[in-house]
Amino acid sequence: MSIWEYANPKKFMQTSAWVLPWITGLAVATLLAGLFWGFFLTPDDYKQGSTVKIIYLHVPSAMMGIGAWFMMLAASLIWLIRRHHVSALAAKAAAPVGTTFTLIGLVTGAIWGEPMWGTWWAWDPRLTSFLILFLFYLGYMALWGAIEDADTAADLTSVLCLVGSVFAFLSRYAVYFWTQGLHQAQSLGVVGGDRVSNVYAAPLLLCIAGFILLFVTLVLLRTRTEIRARRISALLARERRAA
Amino acid sequence: MMPDLGRYATTVLSAYAASVILILGLVALTLWQGARMKRRLAEIEARAKGLAE
Repeated sequence: MSIWEYANPKKFMQTSAWVLPWITGLAVATLLAGLFWGFFLTPDDYKQGSTVKIIYLHVPSAMMGIGAWFMMLAASLIWLIRRHHVSALAAKAAAPVGTTFTLIGLVTGAIWGEPMWGTWWAWDPRLTSFLILFLFYLGYMALWGAIEDADTAADLTSVLCLVGSVFAFLSRYAVYFWTQGLHQAQSLGVVGGDRVSNVYAAPLLLCIAGFILLFVTLVLLRTRTEIRARRISALLARERRAA
Repeated sequence: MMPDLGRYATTVLSAYAASVILILGLVALTLWQGARMKRRLAEIEARAKGLAE
């Protein structure tokens, strides 16, 4: 069996209908368990006090804001190279989810930054590239909405996605290119840096898993909606031709 | 049950409130759009079937 079988909308609808209840349950359970553990069962940080609890929302949402764009990039490349409609629709479906996660990352970051850095916002390389990524998300969705022909919209948004990937990449790695800035390098990692203690890392990993599962759930649901919308357009076009 | 958040209570709770509102809003919008599209497709398919017969 090939992965390209899922490029068939009918096969995608069948498989996603079977997978969705399981992945939805897993996403809700993982997210609730991670947030409960992090919020209620972890101690305050000796430097940051109780604001450390924001990490369980800020880090996973920021990771998924960037990760969603890379998923859209992969789907866009599949569309540009192999012309599979489901991949273009999956990229379109992922954009509002990625936008929301990016917005959560920006909002929670600003709320967290005010007491810790003394400012809601700084033109720090990582923050700035993340804000530009958010603007790219808005532009990407606006472009999908602005073009009537679906294939042309998929082509142009795919190109926009390729360009925006620079900022997704910068959001992740800007701290390594520019040493100035307020934002620390990484919260989790295998080498050096300001890594969080294991007390916080375990619930954080659970929250990250929960956000990934929530992302997959929402993208599957939204891709199914996009496939239905495409089918409606085809049927209406057929009606118009018959009339 | 509620942990003592100390002087940062407003900060922490506002971050959680904003995130929950955004996530629930996205989930609600996704479900609403999905249900609306499913209903619309069913109507149009029924109409197409009627025309074919």
